[in-house]
Amino acid sequence: MRCSSVIFTLLLMTACATGSGQPTLYDKLGGEQGVDKIVNHLVKNIGHDEQVFHYFAEANVKRFKKHLAWHLCDISDGPCDYTGDSMQQIHDGMQINERDFNHLVDLLIDAMYKADVPHPVQNQLLARLAPLRADIIYR
Amino acid sequence: MWKTIFLIYALIIPGLVSAADGKLIATPGVSQIEGAAGGGLVPWAQLAGYASRDEIAVNAFVSRGTLDDYSLDVYGAQLNLYDRLEFSLAEQEFHVDALNLNIRQRVLGAKMRLYGDIVYSRFPQLSVGMQYKKLHDPLVANLLGAEDDSGTDYYIAASKLHLGAIGGLNWLWNLTGRYTEANEIGLLGFGGEDKDHDWMLEASTAVLLGRHIAVGIEYRQKPDNLGLREDDWKSAFIAWVPNKYLSLTAGYIDLGRVAGSDDQDGLYFSVMGNF
Repeated sequence: MRCSSVIFTLLLMTACATGSGQPTLYDKLGGEQGVDKIVNHLVKNIGHDEQVFHYFAEANVKRFKKHLAWHLCDISDGPCDYTGDSMQQIHDGMQINERDFNHLVDLLIDAMYKADVPHPVQNQLLARLAPLRADIIYR
Repeated sequence: MWKTIFLIYALIIPGLVSAADGKLIATPGVSQIEGAAGGGLVPWAQLAGYASRDEIAVNAFVSRGTLDDYSLDVYGAQLNLYDRLEFSLAEQEFHVDALNLNIRQRVLGAKMRLYGDIVYSRFPQLSVGMQYKKLHDPLVANLLGAEDDSGTDYYIAASKLHLGAIGGLNWLWNLTGRYTEANEIGLLGFGGEDKDHDWMLEASTAVLLGRHIAVGIEYRQKPDNLGLREDDWKSAFIAWVPNKYLSLTAGYIDLGRVAGSDDQDGLYFSVMGNF
């Protein structure tokens, strides 16, 4: 009896450790609030940017913000399941070149600084996003 | 030296208007001693400057390495066409303190990107290059038994930047295989008695401590065609990249035995302008 309660306590402890010990990238970004901050700063940056604004000129800002936050939440292991249009579908026909894409990454980095995302966390998010480039440029 | 720095700045100012900026800051590397984009010693797979596939970049640099018994001054420039082709020119002046004599060499380089992008592609960026070297002052090379006063190196380089790989910091590595017969990178001529081209391994690794500072080390294997027990070269460097127009590199270089003088080590500085 005593033995089984010890085991039970140990199991509880491990359950707690796995539950709270490993924050997801989403947590490190500051959860929903943090991601919203990044998205807001990014949209502001794009709005003031001559080089890439034209790609977004006809976008619905509210919808864009919502979908970007949704996508970032999914890709950073947050509690979301992105079921919107694929990166390929969204960017088809936009003919985004490499220079403009990389410039947008600079705007994202700047947005993350403004949202107080620490440098290592910025890099971890960039690492998740980098493989998507092939689906976005020259389409 | 100061004339060249002045020249770089004179060129940067008009360059600010339309400088290439299509890469992440600090990711193209700096200029190596033979003029190719790379670390200080090793040519990397990256092409010089911030040109993306839609841009042209022009870069210029000056470097100085000071050793116990020698010093090496280099200045040069690169042209990057659409992140596909790199052409480079470097003028080297190697000063031998004991003889109060200069050995000058010109290096013409070309590099082609075959595959990938160090940041974005799944596999490492891959490039091939060549460096044609011509000694203006072949006297010392001839006396030491070198066969030629000019020669060509061929190399293949692979490079990858892993985002957030080490405690969230970006980590870069580069491996280069060089087919060469150059003695002390050509400053002591090319080849020797019954010695010809051979493959040498060069390697670099660096960590980016933030967006603007990189620290790293390099290793460059070298042949020993003249029987002078020529050593492999090593360096440790720190580069500061305040913006996409300028980089400053300082390093410690350990060149070992050079032309009969042991334990040649010292400091290395380089300034590069990108536009």
